[in-house]
Amino acid sequence: MVGEGAFALDPLVVGVILAMTLVTALTKVGGLWLLRRIEVSERLEAGLSVLPGAIVIAILAPELATGGPAEWSAAGIVVLVMWRTESILLSLCGGVGAVVLFRAVG
Amino acid sequence: MTRTDGDDTDPSPGAHADRASDEPAADSGSPVADDREAITFDRAGVRAGFLTCVPVALGVGGYGVAFGMLARRAGLSVAEATLMSATVLAGAAQIVAVELWAEPLPVATIVLTTLAINLRYSLMGAALGPWLERLSPLRSYGSLLLMADENWALTMRDLKSGSGRGAFLLGTGIAIWCFWVASTIVGAAAGGAIGDPAQYGIDFVLAAVFVALAVDLWEGYSTLVPWLVSLATAVTAAELLPGRWYILLGGLAAAAVEVVRHGR
Repeated sequence: MVGEGAFALDPLVVGVILAMTLVTALTKVGGLWLLRRIEVSERLEAGLSVLPGAIVIAILAPELATGGPAEWSAAGIVVLVMWRTESILLSLCGGVGAVVLFRAVG
Repeated sequence: MTRTDGDDTDPSPGAHADRASDEPAADSGSPVADDREAITFDRAGVRAGFLTCVPVALGVGGYGVAFGMLARRAGLSVAEATLMSATVLAGAAQIVAVELWAEPLPVATIVLTTLAINLRYSLMGAALGPWLERLSPLRSYGSLLLMADENWALTMRDLKSGSGRGAFLLGTGIAIWCFWVASTIVGAAAGGAIGDPAQYGIDFVLAAVFVALAVDLWEGYSTLVPWLVSLATAVTAAELLPGRWYILLGGLAAAAVEVVRHGR
């Protein structure tokens, strides 16, 4: 099952992985690093406060747009379960179950 | 944006400090004190984050298996795929990177694409700023290194509820890391034994997490304008631009509109 060379570490590949690690780490800490160095006015704070929701919508919108009725209906189920129960786990189970079901019938 | 080290015209940090000393701990735990509750960083917070994240991390594991399989197909060894998951810890970027994998290795393309896909993390880290900036650099930056989309979302939800659990991000990050690395090994080792992940709806987990989160983050009609701006920007940008620039652009457009609206 695990073929020969499964444990091989090519120096170039390791180098690329480390470079990817470095740029990713910079993006992860960069936002807070900047925030600690600039004065946050009330207006900027208002802008930052809408970021979480806006990013969630920005991640979701194109993903759902490329989906079909099965995905849209399942997303509706998630909204409903989340709204009613406020439980992430129940919403996830409901959504994933619904998408499998809707894809099967659709 | 004014830099603190060059311009002292805005006295707001001092005002913050005064306010905090006038009302010592009186408002901790009260839902009214949304951004001034005490921030803790302890084992209980790590534990709460870890446990909350396990069901979500299971979904992340689905992606990890897919990544492991893709990485093997692209020519990486099990050890290399595992190393990438353990150090990079960025699902979308890793999956795109192994799609770009070729002989000879397009090093610059892979690294630049990784940067572009992950720029959104800066925005997400900044969104956690109101809480994290009150922790020490080691704790805040250390926790941020374990940030991924899913545990950022859970942490945002927890901190917005006023829990004040500064270690929550670290706990969720540990859960994500464990499941991501373990599932990468499974996917890379098992290869083609597992069929199409879409068959089990695993591909829908990420979308479901974010729909649930949107329900949580909805704050009434004041949220409507920034969200519509973000939606329109993201859908348009996704059509016109490669990669995941649309996430960054959607967030920035909404924040910009809010900054303008606030001045009115």
